[in-house]
Amino acid sequence: MRYAMIVAGASRSFLDADAFLSKATRAEDADILIYAGAPFAADPGRIAILVELGDESLAEHVGEGGLANVLGFARYRNGDDAPSRLIELVRQPASGDAAIKAAKALFEDAGFQVVLSSDQIGRIINRLVLPKYNTALRFLDEGLASQADMDLTCKLGLGYPDGPIERVIRGGLANHYARTKTLFDTFGTSSYAPPRQAIVAFNRSQGNAGKRR
Amino acid sequence: MSRKISTVGVCGAGGTMGAGIALVAARAGFRTISYDISDETLGRAAKQSEAFLDKSVERGKLKKDERDAIVAAMSRATDIGVLGACDLVIEAVFENLAVKRDLLQRLDTVCAEDVIFASNTSTLSITEIASGSRHPERVVGMHFCLPAQLMRLIEMSPGILTSDETFRTAWEWTKACNQIPVKTQDKPGFILNALLVPFNNDAIRAVEAGVASAEDIDRAIKVGLGYKMGPLELIDLIGLDTQVRLCEAFYPVTLDPRAAAPPLLRRMVAAGLLGRKSGRGFFPYEGNTMFGA
Repeated sequence: MRYAMIVAGASRSFLDADAFLSKATRAEDADILIYAGAPFAADPGRIAILVELGDESLAEHVGEGGLANVLGFARYRNGDDAPSRLIELVRQPASGDAAIKAAKALFEDAGFQVVLSSDQIGRIINRLVLPKYNTALRFLDEGLASQADMDLTCKLGLGYPDGPIERVIRGGLANHYARTKTLFDTFGTSSYAPPRQAIVAFNRSQGNAGKRR
Repeated sequence: MSRKISTVGVCGAGGTMGAGIALVAARAGFRTISYDISDETLGRAAKQSEAFLDKSVERGKLKKDERDAIVAAMSRATDIGVLGACDLVIEAVFENLAVKRDLLQRLDTVCAEDVIFASNTSTLSITEIASGSRHPERVVGMHFCLPAQLMRLIEMSPGILTSDETFRTAWEWTKACNQIPVKTQDKPGFILNALLVPFNNDAIRAVEAGVASAEDIDRAIKVGLGYKMGPLELIDLIGLDTQVRLCEAFYPVTLDPRAAAPPLLRRMVAAGLLGRKSGRGFFPYEGNTMFGA
């Protein structure tokens, strides 16, 4: 399956040295077009058109309902950590099976693992994991346990490779603010509300350190 | 001053968790009395424990004479009076406040004045459990992870009235058992379940909301986050009915909407889809293996 990358700016899924980029072909030869940052253009002649997503939904690019050969995707990253091997493929109601099958095959052949998500803000991982990170940060503020003990508990008790607090700090608390704010604005549920530490980090990143408001 | 701990009693030792705790104690060289109301369940647990030890010998993790010493250190009783010989009594009985308080009251009548009582509760307040004892200063939270004989983590929680000496002695005992204690406040679910139960509920709600299939949710969490087990696979292992009970323990205390049992979970329990133990939960199962053995 030949694919072309139409990139504008930096892709969050594929960093500059990513082998996936080097195997792309010219757009005119491609069965699948992958848009990363560049404005999406409909093209019914392609097997699939894949639009890289950030925090937004695919509907913002394509419109509600969608098009048969257009899918969204995002390679999961914890903030500024290196991208994982997971591709969250995003479908809309009109998304066709042929496009899904082709997109899955493309990414799996490239060594990724693919999951299919509906077009909801946060997709699978952020929707599930951000409230947990928020809770852990709140527990830390409330003195439930030390950061070290909370992280150790999750590693030893649940087999996690890293604890929730060390992970969210490593990914960047200002990043965490942006992710949670998007989900909170969308769903309005308190579990997504940016936690105190993330608000502090975000404000400081905006040059507000030490300023009275 | 607390007495030196030589003999440990485990209440509810006919159950999976209690049997595992008894193994942890005996393996560390403590005389261990497994107590339960049914000799039949104690006998069954003893067989499972011996099978676990035999497997450990087979795998080269334990020598035969060490295995024999552990078995020799373990005894069982259905008469609570036998626990009068204990220096530390750990309860792992049914997760119900009234049951645990009643047990502490009975232990008060048979145990010495300086015995430490530890509760393995995963959801209840240590302070509330301790109120069942005439000596709340000698009651401490000691939450093992399942299966206790394999998992080294223990969440240690002092109640409001727990003495520093009790906490310190119990803490040192866990270390003597080669376990790894962490200290938490006496709050619902401590660390582990307070993070896990709502997270698991969120995964169920994601299935219900049509975000993705159960398979893809678990795969995303395992591949993206590096977890060994997906949340839905884990709920199947825990038991969907147990997840409902956990929710019913948490939600009234915390009023956290994420802790409330999702409607899909209740429907699945009503349909008899309890997870591994019933052969089907979020995933189908053919076999039903016992822990670690």
